[in-house]
Amino acid sequence: MNALEVRGLVKHYPGVKALDGVDLVVRPHEVLGLAGENGAGKSTLLKALVGLVAPDKGQILVRGEPVKLRNVVDAADHGIGMVFQEQSLVPNLTAAENIVLGSEGAAVRRGVYRWDTMRRLAQEQLDKIGSNIDPLARTDTLTFAERQMVEIAKVLRIEERSQHPPVIILDEPTSVLESKEIETLFAQIRRLREFASVVFVSHRLDEVLDVCDRVTVLRGGRSVGEVATAGAVPRELHRMMIGSTGSDDHYHGNAATPVVSEQPRLSVRGLSGRSFQDVDLDVAAGEILAIVGVHGSGREDVCRALFGAEPTTAGEIRMDGAKIELPSTRAACAAGIGYVPAERKVEGMVGSMSVAENMTLAKQKARCTGPFVAPRKQATLVDRWIRRLSIRTPRRDTAIGRLSGGNQQKVVLARWLVGGDVRLLLLDHPTRGLDIGARSEVYRLMRELASSGVATVLLADSLEEAIGMADRILVMSDGRVTAEVACPNGGKPSPLDLVKEMV
Amino acid sequence: MFAALSPQFRSVDNVRSIVDAAAVLAVVTCGITFVLMMGSIDLSAAGVMGASALTVSLLVANNRNDNDFGFLGIVVAVLLGCAFGSLSGFALVLLKVPSFMATLGVSAIGLGVATLMFAGVQPNISDTMLESWAIERFLGFSYLAWIAAACILVGWLIQRYTRLGRYAFAIGGAEEVLTLSGVKVRPYKVAVFTFAGAFYGLGGVMVTSQLGAGLVQAGNGYDFSAITAAVVGGTLLTGGRGGVLHSAVGVLLVMVLTNGLVQVGVSPYWQGGVEGVIVVAAVAAAVIPQRRRNQVVK
Repeated sequence: MNALEVRGLVKHYPGVKALDGVDLVVRPHEVLGLAGENGAGKSTLLKALVGLVAPDKGQILVRGEPVKLRNVVDAADHGIGMVFQEQSLVPNLTAAENIVLGSEGAAVRRGVYRWDTMRRLAQEQLDKIGSNIDPLARTDTLTFAERQMVEIAKVLRIEERSQHPPVIILDEPTSVLESKEIETLFAQIRRLREFASVVFVSHRLDEVLDVCDRVTVLRGGRSVGEVATAGAVPRELHRMMIGSTGSDDHYHGNAATPVVSEQPRLSVRGLSGRSFQDVDLDVAAGEILAIVGVHGSGREDVCRALFGAEPTTAGEIRMDGAKIELPSTRAACAAGIGYVPAERKVEGMVGSMSVAENMTLAKQKARCTGPFVAPRKQATLVDRWIRRLSIRTPRRDTAIGRLSGGNQQKVVLARWLVGGDVRLLLLDHPTRGLDIGARSEVYRLMRELASSGVATVLLADSLEEAIGMADRILVMSDGRVTAEVACPNGGKPSPLDLVKEMV
Repeated sequence: MFAALSPQFRSVDNVRSIVDAAAVLAVVTCGITFVLMMGSIDLSAAGVMGASALTVSLLVANNRNDNDFGFLGIVVAVLLGCAFGSLSGFALVLLKVPSFMATLGVSAIGLGVATLMFAGVQPNISDTMLESWAIERFLGFSYLAWIAAACILVGWLIQRYTRLGRYAFAIGGAEEVLTLSGVKVRPYKVAVFTFAGAFYGLGGVMVTSQLGAGLVQAGNGYDFSAITAAVVGGTLLTGGRGGVLHSAVGVLLVMVLTNGLVQVGVSPYWQGGVEGVIVVAAVAAAVIPQRRRNQVVK
């Protein structure tokens, strides 16, 4: 009998059909991968499975019995638990409290805590996954990977509620982990399989293939395919996810234009700040310069310094030959510099404000007549960019928070384009958290902008991305530029060439 | 520093007077700390204390009527504080009124109720037990100081060992996570406000004991002083950090400061202003670590 089955689940949101008759089968003691682009309906499906979303139509069956899940507790009673993508632990409580939170049982009698009992209960859970975290440690003193272990331990508490093997859902658990931590997590997942079923969601296909027994692919709110991972071909899965055969040229390399320049657009000499020293760099108009380096190399701070968001102690910055000072982000905007920050949700956009307002945030003049917002001017401007970047949004005054990640990122990019005066774009992990399709779109946009003469500094999400996109790569290590590698189409360096300079 | 400037400040007597003077503030701060830990704010102390002061002074032996309920009157006054607190709590969770506005309203209601009870004639109390609280001493400290100490102990135990206390802390840390874990947050919010109300009620009773009379203005200024003390003690206004013991230290710091200023000859008229500077400085100091990376402070 199937541990969990979903039949024809439908969920409408105003204007969007998030789920359009999804079918899903989870067998006992298997690891099922769930793949799909952002917007394919993965998160809605998961929310429905833990009772956070009430489906309009369709059935959820637990061990053959149709069930109605009203909330997380209901789901837990049926043995379904989820480790959320955004970590769901209370930072200022102890690990033990987090593990038993909401189902304290014997650890709290008549409202009074029994710390010893609680510690013991938590320890039991941690022992199950072989973790040696101190249950009485405050959660915010733990590392990200440790906190994830605490979350898994917390989810395993549902075993106590139901006599059957639980179903554990892991929503994008690897997105912020380092490769070594990912290995630990995978070992953990294989261990969970002994006594539970696991649903593993990730946008990294290699991981899905690595750890799962079977993969179900979602697209447009439907299940479009199911593949046993043994012998699966990644390209085939990609194709299923995107729906078309898709271009093999992920990075749109053939759209790259050769850089011709006499004078660099941006020229930096001897730039020093808190975490970087004596950085020299040049970017020509139409050139994409990638800066690579390990965590702590100082590349993020250099990027922020070029946007006036990080103080510098020495150095000279020239744009098109003219010396400029960047004491503030305002000065950078005025100089025609645009910045797409890494933390999109925190720094990149105002989630509750509309697409139109987010787009015109930095270039108010573009939508105003005198001191007043000119609605019609704004509408034409915004609509033009929505069309040009093919941003999928119901309307221009939809709150940006309701768009998918890729479309949000396009709006953030558009913010620097509406003024028509951008000369240099600083892209700090512009594809972080985006799925393949959206990434590809962002890459295409970058190519377009480059060919229109914008100079780009890119902090790539991966070495492959840097190599794929850049015309030239700077390697930074410990706050200094250690190497410069030409990266023309047809003569791309290998990741290995770069790595040896990075460490 | 004050000890160096004024020999009087160093005396045992002065330590005693600081502790005695801190008693009421300590009790009120104890209550407000739980609200602040949740990330809410409570401005109702002044009104609740006024109402409770009038209630208790009219229920124990006094010059306005023939009541002489003694201890029972004190219990009723504290329960009245609970009622006002739960009113704030319900306004917050049911009507979704932001806590600062809800409690400000409740404070006004409290003052209104107190004014009605006051009815133009000041009730002077003659209840020996209540009067003795401010006068009698045990081991050198007034009964009020011991009551405050007991409140701090109770508050600490609740914070450390009860679900109410821990959840109040957790609500300030990450409210959504509690909901995701299947915890119903709203009853705990109401309970915390109710619980804080009890402390304000007791505070009102204590002020009445000090003054020997029930005054509408019994709680005047305590709302602000209590927030100052809690913040100085390290309780964050955003919630999730701090606690009763922190606040107790904060109360002592604030009292030492105001007392010290008087002892070195600064006019007491300066006190209000100084307190204001302290609270803004303390909050500013607390958010400095979070100000990096251009984060906007709302």
